Amino acid sequence: MEYFLTEEQKMIKELAARIADEKIAPLAIQYDEDGTFPHDIVKILADSDLTGVYIPEEYGGFGGGVLEMSLVVEELSRACGGIALAFAGTGLGTFPIILFGNDEQKKKYLPDIAAGKKLAAFALTEANAGSDAAGIQTTAVLDGDEYILNGTKQWITNGGEADVYTVIACTNREKGARGFSAFIVEKGTPGFSFGKKENKMGIRASCTRELIFENCRIPKENLLYREGMGFIVAMKTLDRTRPGVAAQALGIAQGAFDEALKYSRERHQFGQAISSFQAVQHMLADMAIQIEAARALVYQTCRHIDSGAKNISKESAMAKVFASDVAMKVTTDAVQILGGYGYMKEYPVEKRMRDAKITQIYEGTNQIQRNVIALELIKEMSGKK
Amino acid sequence: MANIRIITEKCIGCGICIRNCPFNAIKVENKKAIILENCTLCGSCVSSCKFEAIEFEKDEINNTDDLSSYKGVWVFAEQKNSIPAQVSYELLGAGRKLADQLEVPLSAVIIGSGLDEAIKELIAYGADNVYAVDNQALKDYNDELYSDVLTRLIQQYKPEIVLMGATTYGRSLAPRVSSRLNTGLTADCTGLEIDPEKRILLQTRPAFGGNLMATITCPNHRPQMSTVRPKVMKPLEKDASRTGQIIRPEIKLPDEVRTKVVETVSVACEMVNLTEADIIVSAGRGIGDPKNLKLVEELAQVLGGAVGASRAVVDAGWIEYSHQVGQTGKTVCPKVYIACGISGAVQHLAGMSSSDTIIAINNNPDAPIFKIATIGIVGDVLEILPLLINEFKARLGK
Amino acid sequence: MNVIVCVKQVPGTNEVKINKETNTIIREGVESILNPFDTYAVEEGLRIKDKTGGKVTVISMGIPSVADMLKETIALGADEAVLLSDRAFAGADTLATSYALSMGIRKIGNYDLIICGKQASDGDTAQVGPSLAEKLDIPHATNIRKIEEIKEGYIRCQRLTDDGYEVIEMSLPAVITVVKEINEPRLPSLKGMMRAKKATIPVWTAADINADINRCGLKGSPTQVIKTFVPVHEIKSELIEGAPAEQASKLAEKLLSMRFMKCV
Repeated sequence: MEYFLTEEQKMIKELAARIADEKIAPLAIQYDEDGTFPHDIVKILADSDLTGVYIPEEYGGFGGGVLEMSLVVEELSRACGGIALAFAGTGLGTFPIILFGNDEQKKKYLPDIAAGKKLAAFALTEANAGSDAAGIQTTAVLDGDEYILNGTKQWITNGGEADVYTVIACTNREKGARGFSAFIVEKGTPGFSFGKKENKMGIRASCTRELIFENCRIPKENLLYREGMGFIVAMKTLDRTRPGVAAQALGIAQGAFDEALKYSRERHQFGQAISSFQAVQHMLADMAIQIEAARALVYQTCRHIDSGAKNISKESAMAKVFASDVAMKVTTDAVQILGGYGYMKEYPVEKRMRDAKITQIYEGTNQIQRNVIALELIKEMSGKK
Repeated sequence: MANIRIITEKCIGCGICIRNCPFNAIKVENKKAIILENCTLCGSCVSSCKFEAIEFEKDEINNTDDLSSYKGVWVFAEQKNSIPAQVSYELLGAGRKLADQLEVPLSAVIIGSGLDEAIKELIAYGADNVYAVDNQALKDYNDELYSDVLTRLIQQYKPEIVLMGATTYGRSLAPRVSSRLNTGLTADCTGLEIDPEKRILLQTRPAFGGNLMATITCPNHRPQMSTVRPKVMKPLEKDASRTGQIIRPEIKLPDEVRTKVVETVSVACEMVNLTEADIIVSAGRGIGDPKNLKLVEELAQVLGGAVGASRAVVDAGWIEYSHQVGQTGKTVCPKVYIACGISGAVQHLAGMSSSDTIIAINNNPDAPIFKIATIGIVGDVLEILPLLINEFKARLGK
Repeated sequence: MNVIVCVKQVPGTNEVKINKETNTIIREGVESILNPFDTYAVEEGLRIKDKTGGKVTVISMGIPSVADMLKETIALGADEAVLLSDRAFAGADTLATSYALSMGIRKIGNYDLIICGKQASDGDTAQVGPSLAEKLDIPHATNIRKIEEIKEGYIRCQRLTDDGYEVIEMSLPAVITVVKEINEPRLPSLKGMMRAKKATIPVWTAADINADINRCGLKGSPTQVIKTFVPVHEIKSELIEGAPAEQASKLAEKLLSMRFMKCV
């Protein structure tokens, strides 16, 4: 379908697609099995300038926005949703700096991230603060010119591999969610260490670790925005990166669909290709319909955000929920079309089914997203009255 | 200027020429064929037209050279360590037929050092004359020196045909020499004949990865030069009683040489080199794991063959590039090619489809390799290979 | 180091299929690609530039639409690309091609190294590299798998031979032809793609490069294709059925019954 992408956006998509097909696809199964972090792919993304697509031009990027980022994530995820996360996770860690960083902070961090020299990560989740982000236990206490961080962040994408971390910590217990603040923490800071690498069901090429802060002292200048604004930083960031998760889901779904369609033409049973059976045809048609609908919603949501719209939470949540549910459904059906082969690790669809699952869970579970959507709907309604 | 022209009165727009054009350079519009700009003037369409509606206007080529002053068939005998390469004997076998048909002598040319034994061999394999340039400085192959010497010999003795092996060295030397002589050269020929009327050489070679054969001539320039694919031509039976004339021309070597070979490394473990092997056992992605290459190597060893590989296996880093068979690797034509777990992508077939006998072992009965295989086994290559190795060991008493 | 890379546009070979009934080539679509070996030549040129500075110029001979393919080399990082295009070049064999390229390269001038792919996938001749070197009167080495050292006036490289490799030293300027093993080509960059989009590729005619048209194209080609035909592969395929042990035993028997196998 014609999505009226600009020349530049088409180039970005085409380039990301080539990297996916030529460089990522041949490695996807192996990386999934070994859980290797894709340093070599990060290097390729950097050499191709894609690492900077969503970063402003004055900081060495390409000057695109959420749509440009999502186009890359979608294409990379078509080959491997896990490898794509090295890029997408960096986006998540970088957006707080783009949105709320001061000029000094932007100058210090963005050019290296744009050039692919540094990866970033975003740290909000803790053992007791998942869907209920207000339960954060990590603390930051101002001591002279430094903040002292203590606590443990859990399941952090790019943990250990990233160089720059945006960390949400509590600076004032009494104020609840208004007592949180966001900080930039660099890898290598004394008192900042990593837990073991998590052994995950899917997105196994992505690295997920605990971040451990033990009297970790960081300069006062590393506070993002203002004290007490951490929750806002986190929420505004996630509003902009949820379409990235949606794009990841979309790419995973597309990849699974492509495999299923190809297989259905090659696989012969009862003397004919299984694609000639209506039962299979209808499944393929439904998969294609859902993918296209998801793509339309994701792209349009990205454009809505990039246009500078103020209220984006609901739209961003809708795109994420819809695309991730589509991904789960489509990948499950892809496994079904491949039948017994689909269940085998040698065939590249069971991996996509495992990868798809996380998109319904992280960056806000789909249940939480539906809450957000409903609340926004009710708010809009009452606003009208 | 040369041109291919459609005679519109005769053309009925049947489209046969379109199917015969290897370059997709013809289309039919309003029931008339049109030659497009990407036409390479290859002439395939001319003979395909049943209505004589395609005309090839060729320019008159004026060559003031007296072609009749060129006489005799030459074979360049590549040597290593003063021993002629196998392809040299094959070329003598092919050259013998051409020379007999033209009723001219067949000569071998050998450049190297300490060549007495080699000269005897070349005569025993059919050479009437041997031109030998024997010089310590020429012991090992050197592009610059060898091309200089060979060019001078050709200029001095004027053979009408020069055949060289399509080996790494042959395919480097031949174009250098033909370019200096401004004559034609046809690469990697698999068929050589004499046109009895015109007394010229008809050189047939594969193009497009063997999907198309082209017959090429060099009518107005001499010598007519070809490189010939190893293993295709048949050597004569060796006859030690044959006699021949030995000519040892004095050739002054150039003072300045810009190319120097400083080190030569033979990769010992490969036993037999791919392009010269009679038997090749080749591994594809289907062997599953690099450690299973052992099986392929063992079978090759038992049969005295060489180990080949598909691109996938080389790209995965399981084996060195020098083993790769196919379009971006080596072109081989052994007597027996055993494809183990190779599906048979077009690019792979391009490198081995002219093998005499192709054996395919693959678990997918629809794999394209079976379409060109002489003998096929549908089965698990990892199960078949050990059984096969044992069978051969037992039968060959190894 | 200033490097000139010679490239050729070839039909996308995946498309070459034979229609078994009519015995003709079927070409679905008209996709043309950069000759696979030439992608390694371009990459090696770019790597030399990355290391030593200087400039990479890509040259090709072909129909006007080849300019689009040359733009792809700009996207990869080549500084300039030129196209030799003229009806007078049509029908060129390797001699006439290397003559025309040599005249184009003389016009570009100021080069240290010329890199060609080992051979083109449509013709498979591997002749243009050495022939071009001769026309420019500079040394050449074929089948290069590694450049060990390159500096002002000097190159040391590894050449793949039939049974191993050899290390060759040459003075520069020189021509090398490269094999796949030499590198892994990069993908274009976004900035490169933007630059390529804006780039214009100069098109030089025979007159522009002072070429003698009697030495170009069909007229300048000593060789002539007098016939092309599709080889008839009379393949009598035979499948060996049965249990694996039975299959292996039958295959061994069949192979050993072939005459030449006796000497194994």
